[in-house]
Amino acid sequence: MNKVHSVKSHIPHIEERAREADHPTSLIAHFGADKPLRLDCGVELTPFQIAYQTYGSLNQDRSNAILLCHALTGDQHVANIHPVTGKNGWWETLVGPGKAVDTNRYFVICSNVVGGCLGSTGPASINPRTGKVWGLDFPVITIPDMVRAQAMLIDHLGIETLFAVVGGSMGGMQVLQWTAAYPDRVFSALPIACATRHSAQNIAFHEVGRQAVMADPDWRGGRYVEEGTDPHRGLGVARMAAHITYLSDAALHRKFGRRMQDRELPTFSFDADFQVESYLRYQGSSFVERFDANSYLYLTRAMDYFDIAADHNGVLAEAFRETITRFCVVSFTSDWLFPTSESRDVVHALNAGGARVSFTEIETDRGHDAFLLDVPEFIDMVRAFLESAGDARGLTAGR
Amino acid sequence: MNFQSPNLPLIAPSHDYTGEYRSDHLVVAEMVERGSRVLDVGCGEGDLLRLLEQRGVDGRGIELSREGVNRCVAKGLAVIQGDADTDLDSYPNDSFDYVILSQTLQATRQPRLVLENMLRIGNRAIVSFPNFGYWKMRMQLLVKGQMPRTENLPATWYDTPNIHFCTIKDFVQLCDEINVKMERAVALNSHARPLRLNAPWWFWNMFGEQGVFLMSRV
Repeated sequence: MNKVHSVKSHIPHIEERAREADHPTSLIAHFGADKPLRLDCGVELTPFQIAYQTYGSLNQDRSNAILLCHALTGDQHVANIHPVTGKNGWWETLVGPGKAVDTNRYFVICSNVVGGCLGSTGPASINPRTGKVWGLDFPVITIPDMVRAQAMLIDHLGIETLFAVVGGSMGGMQVLQWTAAYPDRVFSALPIACATRHSAQNIAFHEVGRQAVMADPDWRGGRYVEEGTDPHRGLGVARMAAHITYLSDAALHRKFGRRMQDRELPTFSFDADFQVESYLRYQGSSFVERFDANSYLYLTRAMDYFDIAADHNGVLAEAFRETITRFCVVSFTSDWLFPTSESRDVVHALNAGGARVSFTEIETDRGHDAFLLDVPEFIDMVRAFLESAGDARGLTAGR
Repeated sequence: MNFQSPNLPLIAPSHDYTGEYRSDHLVVAEMVERGSRVLDVGCGEGDLLRLLEQRGVDGRGIELSREGVNRCVAKGLAVIQGDADTDLDSYPNDSFDYVILSQTLQATRQPRLVLENMLRIGNRAIVSFPNFGYWKMRMQLLVKGQMPRTENLPATWYDTPNIHFCTIKDFVQLCDEINVKMERAVALNSHARPLRLNAPWWFWNMFGEQGVFLMSRV
């Protein structure tokens, strides 16, 4: 632990982060040798654990469970204070008593994805065979692997059919994967700001992020924990670059314009003269407090590999053939990371299969991140869809 | 088809007016067989779709406005935000039994293509539209010399979404041109009640405020 001290001055919360990777402040489902996770790369991951949070209560019929799937850098702390950062949950705009995802009516589950760093087994966890942190010895995981692990968790909780699977971005990919892999276990699905495959542009952005991490001398070939370092600079740059893709030109202009940070005139230096620079630096430095660099490599890779059509003879519609799931697909006008055209491709494939699908494009200048923000038109749509689907499933109304 | 001599099986007037539904919707709904699959293009707030689903129809909708989509979704309907001109292309052949275009044809950019697409996607198409040959329209143009405006079509020429008005006669002519079989037809008066059945076409074209047509491929 002394070695960790050497980077502690740069990174607050690094000890909490290390602790949460194995001993999370969450519920934990352990899967022993009898229940290995069969990964797409051919490896059987065993033993492993999934950390999760729940909100609301499961009804007697076990028919009101909603699985929320978190995005790339999200975690299971949807609607509670985060154990590392002390901040509010990432989807408190949407999830809670009386909210669109009404915890008075639904039993809400969110688990940290396998490969994550908030308590589900991943590269930041201890490899039981070596007693050391997995690092790059951790097998490469995919979106279908994440969903397979979630399905094991849902089994573990004794739930046959999920009332809804909901998620945005990488979470939306998981939603689509759920409906393709377990069509009879998903009553309704809400994939938001996502796609059935990762575009070349998005793979390119991810590669920039990974190269930034790996170019940091403190990354040490992925063995930074053993060596007492932390590639926070590389990961910070990766986050800064990625964060730009989550916003939009219009949103950045509206929020910052060319305004200066705490000064009137340029300093003629490389200080953060502009507010937008200062903002990005803050985004980078606060991210590294709570996220493991190797985990970032693995999860971005999982998104890159995602391509549902490829798993169905190249025909997307095959993935959703004769599905009985009710779908509501949502995109945002200013999202250039997962543009509306990609959501429309999903809709067309679902239509081709005769699925019961609704689709809406929400007008906003807030970019990809709009699904995490207080965008009333979006929240109304989620509420409308879940309420009517809940009625169709015979769920009692929320209190 | 010769416009002068219609020998179409005409729909019986509906007596099912409960006030809950628009009467033109009831006319359309009666043309749809129970248990069929229907796509309603330009479905608004989903009133027709809901009526159809109550009658055991498996319905889907397309609607341009986000508010409309939201209201439909709140009613449990499956509706896609989209537009008749661009989004019908993506539907496979024969994916529906009926494709309905209710009071929307005149607002499309390419009515002919839309109609052809409808009959590609669906085995049958149902189209209802305001009849620009309606006598009140003709009178306004003749007497006032201005673009007609009525209670049902109150927009001015410069802010109307309706860019392709036609008369019942025009529509029948288009159907002839693109080789569409007219199965049933009905003209509705200003209260959206069907005109008398045995009236000649010119009478419909003059006194029908809107036309409702059930068509299939030849």
